[in-house]
Amino acid sequence: MEYDSFLFQAFIYLVAAIVSVPIAKRLGLGSVLGYLIAGVIIGPYVLRLIASVGDVMHFAEFGVVLMLFLIGLELQPSRLWKLKGPIIGLGGLQVFTSAVVIGAIAYTIGFGWRISLTIGLILALSSTAIVLQTLSEKGLMNSEGGRSSFSVLLFQDIAVIPMLALIPLLAMSGAGFSGLEMEAGHADSAVEALPGWQQALIVTALIVTIIIAGRFLARYAFRFIAETRLREMFTAFALFLVIGIALSMQLVGLSPALGTFLAGVVLAESEYRHELESDIEPFKGLLLGLFFISVGASIDFNLFMQEPYLILGLVLVLVSIKLVILFILGVVFKMNMSQNFLYSFSLAQGGEFGFVLFSFATQNNVIPAEISGTLILVIALSMMMTPIMMIINELLIQPHFKSFGEKRDPDEIDEKNPVIIAGFGRFGQIVGRLLHANNIGTTVLDYKPSQIDMVRRFGYKVFYGDASRLELLESAGAAEAKLFILAVDDKDKAIEIAKTLKKHFPGLQIIARSFDRRHTYDLMAAGVEVIERETFASAIELGESALKMLGFHGYQAHRAAITFKHHDEKHLMELYEVLESEDENTFIEMTKEKNQDLIDLLKSDQKDIEEEADHAWERPSEFKK
Amino acid sequence: MSANIRNKVLIIFAHPALYKSRINMELVKEVEGLDGVTFRDLYDEYPDFLIDVKKEQESLRENDLLVLLHPFYWYGCPAIVKEWVDLVLEYGFAYGRGGDALIGKKIMSAIATGGTEDDYKRDGMHYYSVREFLNPFERTATFCGMQYLPPFVVHGAINMKMEDIAVYKSLFGQIIKALRDGEMDLAELQGFKYINDYFLEKYKSWSI
Repeated sequence: MEYDSFLFQAFIYLVAAIVSVPIAKRLGLGSVLGYLIAGVIIGPYVLRLIASVGDVMHFAEFGVVLMLFLIGLELQPSRLWKLKGPIIGLGGLQVFTSAVVIGAIAYTIGFGWRISLTIGLILALSSTAIVLQTLSEKGLMNSEGGRSSFSVLLFQDIAVIPMLALIPLLAMSGAGFSGLEMEAGHADSAVEALPGWQQALIVTALIVTIIIAGRFLARYAFRFIAETRLREMFTAFALFLVIGIALSMQLVGLSPALGTFLAGVVLAESEYRHELESDIEPFKGLLLGLFFISVGASIDFNLFMQEPYLILGLVLVLVSIKLVILFILGVVFKMNMSQNFLYSFSLAQGGEFGFVLFSFATQNNVIPAEISGTLILVIALSMMMTPIMMIINELLIQPHFKSFGEKRDPDEIDEKNPVIIAGFGRFGQIVGRLLHANNIGTTVLDYKPSQIDMVRRFGYKVFYGDASRLELLESAGAAEAKLFILAVDDKDKAIEIAKTLKKHFPGLQIIARSFDRRHTYDLMAAGVEVIERETFASAIELGESALKMLGFHGYQAHRAAITFKHHDEKHLMELYEVLESEDENTFIEMTKEKNQDLIDLLKSDQKDIEEEADHAWERPSEFKK
Repeated sequence: MSANIRNKVLIIFAHPALYKSRINMELVKEVEGLDGVTFRDLYDEYPDFLIDVKKEQESLRENDLLVLLHPFYWYGCPAIVKEWVDLVLEYGFAYGRGGDALIGKKIMSAIATGGTEDDYKRDGMHYYSVREFLNPFERTATFCGMQYLPPFVVHGAINMKMEDIAVYKSLFGQIIKALRDGEMDLAELQGFKYINDYFLEKYKSWSI
């Protein structure tokens, strides 16, 4: 078998991932470190199992694009707008200060100012992939520190674009743009030849198109696709969307990651958001994993072994400088101490853009190849240190602060509603309206596109998706919700959802709509707490009206109705207890018996109910004629 | 409509099981549908106790005499009457700042009780008089600036013969009509324990 056949390579990566990541997680090291170590092990310096790491890494970088798309989906425009201060202020100052300080050190060592400036700029960047993956794995994305980290990273991702433009200008030989800048996912730009104002116009037009299409057209496209009821079509469409945007961004010379992030933000208010999330999520996870593995595999241990102490020293210096600058900025921005440590420790590494930018700078004759090689190694090692730094922060520093990880900004979690309603048809809507009228936030899931459109027109937030899918339940916030209202109009699906919920979110209370007695029992067996038969209560009410129209006094009819209701519910429970406790033979016997009971029930309803209600407000012995 | 209506009457009636109460059934038949009399059966209209407060207040504004007609349960009224009083006589309507809607209006309890008049005496089984038990109603009325009239009381309703019930039925109808048409001297009326007594004294031809 050929070692570099696609399937064999895929097999190696998968084995490495499924062996190392669970172990790393079990040891509390986080998945990122697991992937990185796996990469080192299968890489050219240990087992030599993989070929052409560079190509793989290039492909796997698309995982970062998917990740930013998903982050965008979580971030409504209004919330992004609220972050503008931290992004520009904190992010801008971090890049500026770090570049200046690191550049100054390089200059002091004796590099020329061009080289020093380039090194400063590139090393100012941190790793979006590692930081965001680690933070979200630890559930810290919504903390103050998490949001600050995110803001800084977003600024850095934007800053890469002017850096790509600046580096060729710093070239010692004066060499201009070359085709190589496509390495950075930057140019190969079709509009490159046009004058600046036309380029700007095209870029603006593209962004406006994304916003308008995302806001007004996407819904119809999603609906059209969703109505095929083929889940893979939706997945295909979601991937098409992300890849299409990434490509068009590349075409006009913008960062694909930023483009998809923007698209994510635009779609954050779409009813198809949760479904998009759960469709893209696995791809993002696998690609990011692949990316981390390739980072691990790309670490040049030959280079390292030549001057191990120098390299380690450089890693420590880089991390310390970045850490101190981040921390001071955190103090300037009045960040809570514990959150400041979290964000400083998260961001104190070099970033994956560094790989690309250093190669780019070398190819533009800005930096000599041996310096680039060393610094790329430093960045890779500093990235590998990040999970370890986070563990240090967690174990040694955070215990001094009580509120670590608990402090959440209410604004950030307001979209995680206390109630999730699955199924928003004839039944779910009534429940939803009642809760809505009492100001209780609901997240609504439905899988009929026409239904969603109709209800959305009345201002409800309804999301498209199949509520029996675990990923969808997760992204709808089942882990944080207090109550799950199961109102789907499919018997088997309801049972399936109830079982999934009980298994994965045992703390979540479920109340459900059932169709009939049999279905009620099945739901009870699945662990549902409260069950209402869908037609029962309304039939009772109609019955009450009937009694009233036949001349019953209003209150007499009302009591007759509610008494009957309780009576019937009591019987329902009694039969269930029989179902539950007895073995099969007894059960069959009991069912026959209970069926007879049901016949008797119809006969005895009158008598029982009279006994229950009739002696109220009288003294029978004295009063009866 | 009768030309000599002086007081428009609102009868608030409550019996949770009207079909079991002969006396209440008869009293209701006598007054329901009279000119100038608005009749409202709380248990029929609000079986789930969700009282339409605005509508009830509007009725109070439109009428001059409020009659609370109900059986005498545990020395008080059936649950829904208490609910009605609690919700309808709210701050800003019946009392407190701007709460002047009821000032000058008249109110009368009309109750049927199983015990005899003798049971409601110091040496009887209930110790206190009916008037004493009705103190909460009287004070509520006074608090809202209303004039509290002596109550219409049917004693011994449990074992009453149909012919006696018929007498009370007719008496109740006469009293409501007399109040409606302003034929009673209210100052003189205040001296009586029950409105029944005043009426019987004034119209000697009456007898039970």
